[in-house]
Amino acid sequence: MEFEPVIGLEVHVQLRTSSKMFCSCASDYQTAEPNTRVCPVCLALPGALPVINRRAVEFAIMTGLALNCRVARITKFDRKNYAYPDLMKGYQISQYDVPICEDGWIELPPADAQAQAHRVRIKRVHMEEDVARLMHVGGAEGYTLMDINRAGVPLIEVVSEPDLESPAQAEAYITQLQSTIRYLGVSTANMEEGSFRCDANVSLRPRGTRGLGTKVEVKNMNRVRAVGRALEYEIERQTQVLSKGGRIEQETRGWVDDREVTVSQRSKEEAHDYRYFPEPDLPPLEIDPAWVEGLTASLPELAPARRSRLMSDYGLSEYDAALITAVRSTADYFEAVVGARPAGAEAAAFAKEAANWINGEFARLAAARNGEGPAVTPENMASLVAMFQARTISNAAAKQVLAEMFQTGKGAAAIVEEKGLKKVTDVGSLEPAVDQAIAANPGAVDDYLKGKETAVRFLVGQVMRASKGRADPVRAAELISEKLNARKS
Amino acid sequence: MPGAGDIFITAHAARVLMDRGELSSTDLTKHCLSRISALEDRLHSFLTVLESSALQDAAASDARRRSGTALGPLDGIPIAIKDNISTAGVRTTAGSKILDSYVPPFDAHVVERLRASGAVIVGKANLDEFAMGSSNENSAFGPVRNPWDVNRVPGGSSGGPAAAVSAGEAVVSLGSDTGGSIRQPAALCGIVGMKPTYGLVSRYGLIAFASSLDQIGPFARDVTDCAILLEAISGHDPRDSTSLQRPRETFVGSLRGGIKGVRVGVPREYLVDGIEPGVRRAFESALQTLTSLGAAVEECSLPLTDQALAVYYILAPSEASANLARFDGFKYGHSSPGARTAWDTMDLSRAEGFGSEVKRRILLGGYALSAGYYDAYYKKAQQVRTLIRREFADAFERFDALVTPTSPTVAFKLGSRTQDPLSMYLSDVCTIPVNIAGLPGISLPGGMSDGLPVGLQVIGPQFGDARILRIAYSYEQATEWHLKRPEIN
Repeated sequence: MEFEPVIGLEVHVQLRTSSKMFCSCASDYQTAEPNTRVCPVCLALPGALPVINRRAVEFAIMTGLALNCRVARITKFDRKNYAYPDLMKGYQISQYDVPICEDGWIELPPADAQAQAHRVRIKRVHMEEDVARLMHVGGAEGYTLMDINRAGVPLIEVVSEPDLESPAQAEAYITQLQSTIRYLGVSTANMEEGSFRCDANVSLRPRGTRGLGTKVEVKNMNRVRAVGRALEYEIERQTQVLSKGGRIEQETRGWVDDREVTVSQRSKEEAHDYRYFPEPDLPPLEIDPAWVEGLTASLPELAPARRSRLMSDYGLSEYDAALITAVRSTADYFEAVVGARPAGAEAAAFAKEAANWINGEFARLAAARNGEGPAVTPENMASLVAMFQARTISNAAAKQVLAEMFQTGKGAAAIVEEKGLKKVTDVGSLEPAVDQAIAANPGAVDDYLKGKETAVRFLVGQVMRASKGRADPVRAAELISEKLNARKS
Repeated sequence: MPGAGDIFITAHAARVLMDRGELSSTDLTKHCLSRISALEDRLHSFLTVLESSALQDAAASDARRRSGTALGPLDGIPIAIKDNISTAGVRTTAGSKILDSYVPPFDAHVVERLRASGAVIVGKANLDEFAMGSSNENSAFGPVRNPWDVNRVPGGSSGGPAAAVSAGEAVVSLGSDTGGSIRQPAALCGIVGMKPTYGLVSRYGLIAFASSLDQIGPFARDVTDCAILLEAISGHDPRDSTSLQRPRETFVGSLRGGIKGVRVGVPREYLVDGIEPGVRRAFESALQTLTSLGAAVEECSLPLTDQALAVYYILAPSEASANLARFDGFKYGHSSPGARTAWDTMDLSRAEGFGSEVKRRILLGGYALSAGYYDAYYKKAQQVRTLIRREFADAFERFDALVTPTSPTVAFKLGSRTQDPLSMYLSDVCTIPVNIAGLPGISLPGGMSDGLPVGLQVIGPQFGDARILRIAYSYEQATEWHLKRPEIN
């Protein structure tokens, strides 16, 4: 029998608010000294009480809106009870039966030209708080350090319906969700640093049937690729079990990254009874529709819409547009560069050239310097693109100028001027170098005169070298051909 | 007007004498401290006595008064604070061994208010462990005894604050009331005690028992002092999300004016089978007094009354089971020296740190919330709670206030109910419905039976705090029960 996988994902996203979910402590736990972002509330001292962070609620609503969810008119918080040393209060303030957002969807772009877009339903988005960080030191005989800075940092959990059909789709879903969340600016959504954590539920069923098999929850994946790998492993494992006539146990399994296997962590019998009940310290939260309207109006244009717009406005290819829009700041930059183009430059042609540079050399240099150094302003970038497009500078010179811009933050024109990188196009300036090349390379001249026209390229190369790349190679070739043709006759 | 030598002077009488220079805060504080040292081995009202800081605060108060910068009616008045209310730098135990060495780094909201009003904190008063009890026999540090008869209980859980005011160890005190923990001991000790409308007084810094029922309130020797203290501690606090956003009220200013034409309902369900004849006689006499003052007293029926106890013993333990989860031996309080692992630390610290009544309620609550029982217990109890609220709201369409006995009995003998938790729970049958509905209730001296005080309870609608204070004040002015004193010396 052939099986097909049914996959649903639960993603925890850490919100980038300046303070914690229920107290005014700063939420910069990653950079702060351990246990310096704490107060009676997040330490769970007796008598301390939570107060809802309004900004965190806004971020949750914005995420829900971007995921096409319905925002609740009244929502509430619940206590999720379990005992663990990293859980300060002995319960987590979460949301159980009335989440802030429900019933949305996310559309995954077609995997290739033949495929269709795939819509994944979002079941819910709810708010909760993070726990403290435990650091185990030494082995079995070691000890554990606790950093409470992270306790109480706001989280949202985005729960999909089991609409994903393959590990590749699961990875596409994560990538799309990350992009959306980063566009909104509500989280860094970084799996490696833990601001974006994904658990997967996966089951198998005979291909073509509608029912759902027994599901297994897989945890501990800390890269997008690990989610795909873990699912591939788990699908294979379950297929083996079922093919041998075995039964799948409902359990939680952990992905062991270096061994590339999942191992059982907790059986159904050992599952927690969280004993949820409404949080009595927080009255139900009424969400004013006007508030939601304001947030809706403030939402940025998200990647899919922007991709289509860039394609129709500037004639960018789908490939270029997808690259440009994958990260919001890149797309913002691109549009700023196009906006700063010189009067008279034709928008589509300029945009195409700008996209090439931004996706190419600019991206390479930006990645290499890792966020440090001076800014290359959109105006400077636009002037560089314009000079290149107008053939005022060569490709090599443009790269050199851009590198210099990253180094010094200076304007493109100033660098071109300073370094004398402007192409030499007038005959008067080119002639000495051309004559020199002809005089110094009689062999090449001979070849040409015997009909080997490619010999011109060699001579142009000599001119370029002599001019340190400044000579306009097209003009130089024309001049060389002219002079040699004169000798023919 | 009692003189300076009166060991049972009220705050408002003391203020007059202090303003005239006939009494100093230092005199009054020394007087309370000497009562404490004379009586503590018999009463055990206090867990911590703050002799030196109290004398310093008293001296500071005297200096303010001399320089004409006295802070208000509580400046220089000795007050006792129930030991489940956090005091910065002063051990706060909640009557539990698990917190026997816990020193909070912050003041509860009410303590901040008291300090700002110049009150002199003479000590932290004894209580049933985590405010769970009706006799103060559940304190991990030993029981409190009733100043009227040291073989009898003072009531609970605020037995210490009640006994302290009754015996002249403090002029006023603060307690907390979850199911009658202020009103019942006030009745049994012959003083005034009030549970305000839920949300009128911030719970910030009150060690939680059952968050949706807990409310801090005053103990005093008469209604005027009760109003003064309530005025000082009430008002919105942004750190408690259940704190009501209403303008602060002047309770003292609305005491006078009488109760002519006030409609008073007498719910017959409160005159339960177990009511003592002496309590019934006193109550009937009190009704006659109210009638003679011009109130329209009329019997009525609140059929859901007998459901309130069951609702309470599901909801309060459910909330407590979560509220007490933070006491895990890791962060503060008792940590078992025998523990070898993290799990041992949690299990043993709790096993050693909690008393049997606390364990009983944690188990009850965990059970009521557990999978498969939630609907039958917790959810049903919440639904009945809504019905009880509605029943009270309907009654307050017809009546301005309800009056009932505070407790079906006078103070009972130590040990007489400890073997039977259910008989102990019945002590609060007249007070619990008020917490379930979030209403204000006051108990004031309303007669004597066999030489022991009987309490009269006045219940108001939500925000009817000023109204019930006025009814209580009118009754008090027409009677002399509040002038009766225990003969302990």
